[in-house]
Amino acid sequence: MPWSKNNPVTVQVLGICSCLAVTAQLKPAVVMAISVTVVVALSNLIISLMRNTIPPRIRIIVQLVVVSMLVVLVDQLLKAYVYDVSKQLSVFVGLIITNCIVMGRLEAFAMSNPPLPSLCDGIGNGLGYSIILIILGFVRELLGSGTLWGYPVMESLGFYNFGYENNGLMIMPPMALILVGIIIWIQRTRNKDLCE
Amino acid sequence: MFDNLRTFIDKIKPTFVKGGKFGWLQSTFEAFETFAFTPNTVTARGSHVRDAVDMKRAMITVVIALVPALLFGMWNIGYQTSLHAEAWPFELGTAASWWYCLWFGFLRMLPLIVVSYIVGLGIEFMFAQIRHHEVNEGYLVTGLIIPMIVPVTTPLWQLALAVAFAVVIGKEVFGGSGMNFLNPALVARAFLFFSYPTHMSGDSVWIAADLWGTDAIAGATPMGQLAAGLSPSASALDMFIGTIPGSTCETSVIAILLGAIVLLVSGIGSWRVMLSVVLGGGLMGLLFNAIGANAYMQLPFYYHFLMGGFAFGAVFMATDPVTSAQTNTGKWIYGFLIGAFAVLLRVLNPAYPEGMMLSILLMNCFAPLIDHLVVGRNIKMRECRAVRKEVQQ
Repeated sequence: MPWSKNNPVTVQVLGICSCLAVTAQLKPAVVMAISVTVVVALSNLIISLMRNTIPPRIRIIVQLVVVSMLVVLVDQLLKAYVYDVSKQLSVFVGLIITNCIVMGRLEAFAMSNPPLPSLCDGIGNGLGYSIILIILGFVRELLGSGTLWGYPVMESLGFYNFGYENNGLMIMPPMALILVGIIIWIQRTRNKDLCE
Repeated sequence: MFDNLRTFIDKIKPTFVKGGKFGWLQSTFEAFETFAFTPNTVTARGSHVRDAVDMKRAMITVVIALVPALLFGMWNIGYQTSLHAEAWPFELGTAASWWYCLWFGFLRMLPLIVVSYIVGLGIEFMFAQIRHHEVNEGYLVTGLIIPMIVPVTTPLWQLALAVAFAVVIGKEVFGGSGMNFLNPALVARAFLFFSYPTHMSGDSVWIAADLWGTDAIAGATPMGQLAAGLSPSASALDMFIGTIPGSTCETSVIAILLGAIVLLVSGIGSWRVMLSVVLGGGLMGLLFNAIGANAYMQLPFYYHFLMGGFAFGAVFMATDPVTSAQTNTGKWIYGFLIGAFAVLLRVLNPAYPEGMMLSILLMNCFAPLIDHLVVGRNIKMRECRAVRKEVQQ
């Protein structure tokens, strides 16, 4: 399953860059997760529909054109409806074009499979990516800023009165990498098949 | 007394081996047994080095080397507070004030050391037990070094968190002592530095305001003053002796040098690394002197050895046998770059007043690469020599 045993982030180790960049808070992480899922699913579908007409020598360019079109659409939608988040995500929405998960699924699956399985494959991989992003966003925002979705959780629980402080390292990108590592550790301890 | 202990250990031993009542605690038992007595199992054949100094004995030597710095650090904690009469709990000007300083510092250091050992050893024992390994002795040193390199007012829960992070992420995930590529004590410090910067840097963390708690009296370290563009108020002699505010036990260069002698005489610390760190830092300092664009650059180069964690890092951290370069040539390169980067960071980046921690961690990452290049070059040189010989014949 692409959201557990074949998770694009923790098993295939793709899409790490955006995992580090957009997960300092939960809200942008969720928006990013949805955007990537939509782009992967739709680009998988479109490429799969076109797969027999694409000349193999220029297939990457064709894929890129399709993906860019979708990304521009997503970008415009985000700007229209959630402007503050789209400002926070800044270039990382545009960089979905170069997200390895998108290109990887197109090359590995959509180019050689019918539309419906391709669509499902895209959604599945998008969900796998989303789970990791949401876990990271949750942990990092809670421990790093003491809030969740902007709501001051730690303050309303009164933790600060006991001398608790937010962890500055959590909102730095390296900590996201370490957290991904811990998730991989837990996953491989539970599932020995994944160990090399 | 030792005989009694030995008999007692032998008596309870069967309950801790596999199949015994406490078989699941075998690693824990074994750790305490070999801590008390050198194991009597010896290698019978094969080409092994047979030496009475095993890992535990080596680690104890490092702990002994740390003692002068530790004692001085304790005294200095008290001394720094005693300079501020309103916070000093004892009578000022009495003949016994020297002892009061030590006692005050001891009481301040004790919780830090206890927390560091309990959390760190707890995690170590747990991992060893789960993996059915022997408990590794590396933490004896790390657990003492961590409280020695943090400000005295560090909240205990933050220290506990940093220790847990350092032991798990810095060491155990790579397979425990000997497999880690970063110095665990510095990982703990880096964790604190980046997670809770307000407790790790600035002017009001270095002097304890009272016997308990995390309140501090404002007092800048020489490096803090320099980073703020001022000249240090302490003289070079003060810095050398160590009567300046700073992390608990790294202020006194004299005490650290005593430790360095112990390490060098026992052969546990590498003189190549220590010397090359000093060379690297000195040359970088001289280079900045030559440029001389601001007050920090004009600072006499030897000040860099006396301030902050340079001496402590060079003697106790850079020489860590696990994380430093292994080849002799590699050690020169590794140490030189540590010293050079430390001074570079100090002078050019006011956001990180102390460059020593970051430069050692950076070179820890590069140590395997340095070794790889040195070994590769050696192989190539010998190859050339062999070919040349063949041609001559």
